[in-house]
Amino acid sequence: MRSAIDFWKTALAVLREIFDESAYARFLVRRAVPSSTAAYAEFLRETEHTRARRPRCC
Amino acid sequence: MPKQLRAFVWTLIAFTGAAALSVIALRRGETISALWLVVAAGCSYALGYRFYSRFLAMKVLVLDPVRATPAERLENGRDFVRTNKWVVFGHHFAAIAGPGPLVGPVLAAQFGYLPGTLWILAGAVFGGCVQDFVILLFSVRRDGKSLTEMAREEIGKVGGAIAYVSILAIIVILLGVAALIVVNALKGSPWGTFTIAMTIPIALLMGLYLRRIRPGKVLETSVLGFVLVVLAILGGQWVSQNLVWAQWFTLSASTLALVIIFYGFAASALPVWLLLAPRDYLSTFVKLGVIFLLAAGILLVRPQLHMPALTRFIDGSGPVFAGNIFPFAFITIACGAISGFHSLISSGTTPKLIARETEARMVGYGAMMAESMVAIMAMIAACAMQPGVYFAISSPAGVVGAAPEAAATTISNLGFHVTASDMAALARSVGEQTLYNRTGGAPAFAVGMAQIFSRSLGGDAVMAIWYHFALMFEALFILTVLDAGTRVGRFMVQDALGHWWRPLGRTSWYPSILATSALIVGAWGYFLWQGVKDPLGGINSLWPLFGIANQLLAIVAMCVATTILIKMRRARYAPVTLAPLCVLVLVTFTASWHKIFDANPRIGFLAHARLLTSQMASAPKPGDLARLILNDRIDALVAGVLVCLVSLILLESGLVWWRVLSGRNEASIKESAFVMSRFVGEEA
Repeated sequence: MRSAIDFWKTALAVLREIFDESAYARFLVRRAVPSSTAAYAEFLRETEHTRARRPRCC
Repeated sequence: MPKQLRAFVWTLIAFTGAAALSVIALRRGETISALWLVVAAGCSYALGYRFYSRFLAMKVLVLDPVRATPAERLENGRDFVRTNKWVVFGHHFAAIAGPGPLVGPVLAAQFGYLPGTLWILAGAVFGGCVQDFVILLFSVRRDGKSLTEMAREEIGKVGGAIAYVSILAIIVILLGVAALIVVNALKGSPWGTFTIAMTIPIALLMGLYLRRIRPGKVLETSVLGFVLVVLAILGGQWVSQNLVWAQWFTLSASTLALVIIFYGFAASALPVWLLLAPRDYLSTFVKLGVIFLLAAGILLVRPQLHMPALTRFIDGSGPVFAGNIFPFAFITIACGAISGFHSLISSGTTPKLIARETEARMVGYGAMMAESMVAIMAMIAACAMQPGVYFAISSPAGVVGAAPEAAATTISNLGFHVTASDMAALARSVGEQTLYNRTGGAPAFAVGMAQIFSRSLGGDAVMAIWYHFALMFEALFILTVLDAGTRVGRFMVQDALGHWWRPLGRTSWYPSILATSALIVGAWGYFLWQGVKDPLGGINSLWPLFGIANQLLAIVAMCVATTILIKMRRARYAPVTLAPLCVLVLVTFTASWHKIFDANPRIGFLAHARLLTSQMASAPKPGDLARLILNDRIDALVAGVLVCLVSLILLESGLVWWRVLSGRNEASIKESAFVMSRFVGEEA
């Protein structure tokens, strides 16, 4: 049971990283601000450069 | 586990793998279960990971668990973040898995399942996985530097410049080929075209939802987007059956090409958050889901492989594409065995997330194994359908004929029985008017996948839904590569032009954005248009060109890796990268020579140009022929220039190796200094 929970937690963490949710959470911690449309817009601005240059493989 | 038991288990795995490979290699004249491929692949990967990657980690690279990685030393909560190894593995796999390992094996299936399967397994274990692992580790030891930067610092300025040109070339050719695959999959298909068209407003809606309504809730938004896409697939069936709407969404190849070119330009110029990012999320969500579904479907259905182990087309006379088994099976498989493009990911985001050096093994070597498994699944999907059907779908009209009866007769005469009524029934069952001449691999893969899915869930009644689901998945996947690739190419051009005139380098200056977007879209659009107008289906010329460009990039990566190993005074272990490098040089240079100079007009660009020139006098439209001749000459030039550039990097690397090994130059590498990790002793 415990290993199933661990597996689920890890799978969720993987998805959260792939989908940039973890990056947004880190952004909120770093800036010490709550989640809001303004904060998310700022996060998108900050990461636009990196995300726009992220190649998708063939 | 006690040592003896461990030895017994690994011996058992080795014997099981050998038995499975023997069945694959030696069984002739009867069908075999796809499970033999799965077992052979599983055992090969297990042995490769346990023994070869361990050897690389411990003896060759000497991974140091106490050495702080850039994610620790430079941690900023943004780019450099210590991340759980499984999370990095998933992130890396999602970034490297693209349409290549799906399309390449499907095309290579024309040689039979044996050559492709053997190369996917051997190429991945001894080549692709090694490249990804080694480049990842070297980038980790250099603060996450890119392949271009490492080539410049370790080999020389020429190496850096060639890496830059190779990357740009592969992006342009890749995007042209990728767009052609989508065009060939969607031409004359109102259902497919409607579904894919709907993914654009769905992505825009997702972007707005994420930004305005539920900031940061990407997973939730992706699930919502997925539900909308499924509704679009169901709506597509209605569209295809409605006379008025079906007419609107039944587009010719030329019209689709123009629409995709316009889309590529718009997507490159729009804000990232509005289209590119949500589309990327949606595509990744569907991609991961479909890969798991396909794996489960294959295990559940355990389909028989109807394609022979080896077909008569190993002599180069295949209708899908022309070329002998050597070197074209290798060039065609490309990403499923070794992909130069992966070296960009291994020296991009991933090295900045690795928490400790020892995890580079699992992430670099392991994720490529997973990608290789995807290639094996694509091979199974292609070979599980009746070979006659496979060839009818994948062969161009210029080779087998455009009329159903003519195509079916030609293919049957080649030894793979198919009838026009079989094909008509299949087309009806997947909701299409015709499935002939759909070159590019995507429709054949979609039919194979739909057959596997429908046998495990829903039966024949939902075959059409599964087919369009598979088609949507591939097209969505490819269009995301198109969005991202166009933008990455645009930035590369802007970076270069910025050295010449500073404003052109400003990524927020709209005249520069529009000009460089037009340049990149124009470049891949040229290849797309050429493919659409090619009577041989385009894939015959363009997929090998893409394969060559991709493998040439792998040569650049292996040159960097070998140079660093020699400079690390580990020359005795250099064969781990030098041997795959030699294979790649042999394969790629031979393939390039054939594509440029082969006397067979179906293979050689120049021979084809000569053939067309001889037909000019009697041609009803000489202008069309003149354009095809120009295309052939440009393709020959592109292949030739790429080979010359890579020859230069080989020469420069060879000189560096000789100077270091002969003691003329001191071996100095540009690694960042050793810093002890603060997390020594912490559980991994």
